Amino acid sequence: MSQSVATGIAPVQSVARGRRSSLTRSRIRAAWTFIAPTVIVLALIAGWPLARTIWFSFTDASLNNLNDYEFIGFENYLASYGGEWFGLLTDPDWWHAVWNTVWFALVSVSIETVLGTVVALILNAAFPGRGIMRAVILIPWAIPTVVSAKMWNWMLHDQFGVINDMLLNLGLIAAPITWTANPDTALWTVVMVDVWKTTPFMALLILAALQMLPGDIYEAARVDGVHPVKVFFRVTLPLIRPALLVAVIFRALDALRVFDLIYVLTANSRDTMSMSVYARQQLVDFQEVGVGSAASTLIFLIIALLVVITMVAGRVRFGEEAR
Amino acid sequence: MKHATRIGFWLLVIAIGLFSLFPFYYAVISSFRSGTALFSVAYFPESFDLSNYVAVFERQPFGQNILNSIIVAGSVVALSLALGITAAYAFGRIAFRGRSLLLFTILGVSMFPQVAVLSGMFELIRSFGLYNTLPGLILANLMLTLPFTVWVLTTFMRELPKEIEEAAFVDGATPWIVVRRVFLPLMMPAAVTTGLLAFIVAWNEFLFALTFTLTNEQRTVPPAIALMSGRTAYELPWGSIMAASVIVTLPIIALVLVFQRKIVAGLTAGAVKG
Amino acid sequence: MADVVLKNVQKSFGRARVIHGVDLDIRDGEFVVFVGPSGCGKSTLLRLIAGLEDITGGDLFIGGERVTELPPAKRGIAMVFQSYALYPHMSVYDNMAFGLELAKSSKQEIDQRVREAARMLQIENLLDRKPRQLSGGQRQRVAIGRAIVRDPKVFLFDEPLSNLDAALRVQTRIEIAKLHTDTRATMIYVTHDQVEAMTLADRIVVLNAGRIEQVGSPLELYHRPANLFVAGFIGSPQMNFIECQVAGVGPDEVLVHLPNGSSVAVPVAPDGVQPGETLTLGVRPDHVQVSSRGPLTGRVELVEELGENHLLYVETGQGSRITVREPGDARHEAGSTVTLDLAPEFCHLFKTSGEALPARNRAAGSALSSPSRMTSSIA
Repeated sequence: MSQSVATGIAPVQSVARGRRSSLTRSRIRAAWTFIAPTVIVLALIAGWPLARTIWFSFTDASLNNLNDYEFIGFENYLASYGGEWFGLLTDPDWWHAVWNTVWFALVSVSIETVLGTVVALILNAAFPGRGIMRAVILIPWAIPTVVSAKMWNWMLHDQFGVINDMLLNLGLIAAPITWTANPDTALWTVVMVDVWKTTPFMALLILAALQMLPGDIYEAARVDGVHPVKVFFRVTLPLIRPALLVAVIFRALDALRVFDLIYVLTANSRDTMSMSVYARQQLVDFQEVGVGSAASTLIFLIIALLVVITMVAGRVRFGEEAR
Repeated sequence: MKHATRIGFWLLVIAIGLFSLFPFYYAVISSFRSGTALFSVAYFPESFDLSNYVAVFERQPFGQNILNSIIVAGSVVALSLALGITAAYAFGRIAFRGRSLLLFTILGVSMFPQVAVLSGMFELIRSFGLYNTLPGLILANLMLTLPFTVWVLTTFMRELPKEIEEAAFVDGATPWIVVRRVFLPLMMPAAVTTGLLAFIVAWNEFLFALTFTLTNEQRTVPPAIALMSGRTAYELPWGSIMAASVIVTLPIIALVLVFQRKIVAGLTAGAVKG
Repeated sequence: MADVVLKNVQKSFGRARVIHGVDLDIRDGEFVVFVGPSGCGKSTLLRLIAGLEDITGGDLFIGGERVTELPPAKRGIAMVFQSYALYPHMSVYDNMAFGLELAKSSKQEIDQRVREAARMLQIENLLDRKPRQLSGGQRQRVAIGRAIVRDPKVFLFDEPLSNLDAALRVQTRIEIAKLHTDTRATMIYVTHDQVEAMTLADRIVVLNAGRIEQVGSPLELYHRPANLFVAGFIGSPQMNFIECQVAGVGPDEVLVHLPNGSSVAVPVAPDGVQPGETLTLGVRPDHVQVSSRGPLTGRVELVEELGENHLLYVETGQGSRITVREPGDARHEAGSTVTLDLAPEFCHLFKTSGEALPARNRAAGSALSSPSRMTSSIA
């Protein structure tokens, strides 16, 4: 449970120096043979494209002719002509997309963590129908993102949507709201749909952590007459924190890459555009492979930086535990 | 006091259940209503009109889209598992220099933002002549499924007893025979779990499918639904979209209900242990 | 059939050396048992012989052939694992046939050999079952059957009985002994259980911290331990150790003073010890008796009744405690004071280096205490 990203690898056995029997040699040879196909495929479909994307970000390539381009250095990122600054880093739309993405990641992951914990605590209690509930909450997670975006689009329809209808009937709003088009509500709408879709994932990971906790500490707390709320904050939360942290990091990395949901829910609207949506718009809709690749490269760098920080932090924590 | 807690608990359970199920329930109801009926809100099923379902298949090659999705997701699962199990044996059971670094690199790939490889992948697929074809999508999807397949299978592989493998070596098995004759059968439950997760990922994939296909006939389900249009550009065929949504979601829900435990096991093996 | 020869065999995991140059000659048809405390390297040594671990230094010969770098399957060995290591998805028949099948034996030959082994182990009726449908004892038989089918030159056993319950352990132990008598194959057996070691072995190899402490027949180790470690490791309850000082040296005996001032003349070769030197006197609980006179007196701390015999734990001052084993029911209560007599001919003397002084006139066979009495009460 407390194993983190970095600790999944326990050394099976150290490689002995010196002479090796033919068994060891044939196993090591087999290891490389077995790994080669995977490594080659991944180098081809992940490593190479990534390298090309980074390369394109320094060129003026265009989508309709990818073979004819020139190296232009950092001009896609930042350039100055006659005292005026151009490039991605001066584009307010890009910075708006960065802000949207970060805001979306922070808000949605926070809400999902809190709700996920609540749902996990409920599913951890013994009650009739628990198995069914667990399957039920998996359904939003399994529905294709595009489909859930469309379902919510329909529910949030400004004229015929069921959400507006409910709220009007309950007297909570006076007039229908154009949820996905209104700049004030659009991003909140995205967050809400993401919460609906992803809270189950959070809840299941937290539930797995909860189920690994020893039951006797709760009995001890009950015997001592500690209030359940206090038990949660003083006992449960500290114990599931490592698992919670891993789940939050996974989700945050996912949220920073968000594309499908925003693209389908609100199209290329500037109010909700995420970094990924921005990059794709430059690449495909504007055919600006150079600028689009520059944006893609920046997204990659941001996420890579987070991953490295996480892995280093995870390893450090593991080192402490080992002592 | 105790009663109040119980009632509160059950209200919470019901609220969570409603929140989880209502959108799908509403999509089902809407899919059975057509024409102007759609332009009024209904909370309960009132008609059973199949015309939306008919329209989905008539107005676009939706049957073809579903078939495409099955081909793409199926091939991606098969390829990921074939590559993943052999690699997982090497990563999980053999100590060789550079193992951790390589495994972490592969895990790192699963953190790649899809958009970061988009232009490079576009060029690659075009240069292979695979633009607007299913093999192109299969190749692209492997980037999403292969890393976590290797990772999850490695964690499962590590839990198999070492002595069984050693007994096989004493019996004269080569590493390849160990994988094929001894570990493959033992890994079946893990392979089912991982395969399900890979299937769901490939079935739901949108960005690559949207970017690397051009014609309706080559699209998989997600872009087909996202790009569904009505008679005019301003009027979306909501009834058909809901019908299509129900059609592609039902098999996934069935999978989830049947394999609930396996999916949860796979998710937690990949994330908590990972 | 083959002998197994280890020449200066070494094993390191990374920088940690776990086997320090082991030399050992195992004769053809011999039953050799490796014992030692956990972590002493006994299992590692077995795995080196099996070829499951790389030999870092030295050489290994099986049947005269150098096999140091050969893979397990080509060494002519078969191994029975602690956890049985049966292939869970294969039937008992397939489990036993797998090795022959990989060796490309004919179907007919495979069938004949599997059935013969099954008959020998009385598991013919289990051949179609899967391992999970078998009891622990049945699984163990199948694991042994899988080894027999290979018709190996050398059988290797890695604590094969430790997962069985006590009754089954005795029964299977007898069957392994019978298997050895029937096949006359060379067998190497790792265990932490002294009873298994004493009853099965032609020779026992006592290992400690990656080194061989002593090699010898069971009674040799019991009666003539080469050093303090072997003396303390073999036999239960453990041998009593009393610090003492050399008072006098004769050609065939050494006179020592015990801490309370009394003295004992032990019939061992002096081997160069000088008066005044500190030694350790060792005597087994069976060779200490409550008597009207003797060199030691103390207070009985605790009495353990075992039925056929009983143990007295006697505190003899300065915190040292002597264990006494006497037949029948105890005649003394806790708290009473007793005088203890030692049988000098069964006393051992150890130098501070741990090495034993060579015993005189002490044939293993002429022991006063019968070995069966010793083994029957080992936990």
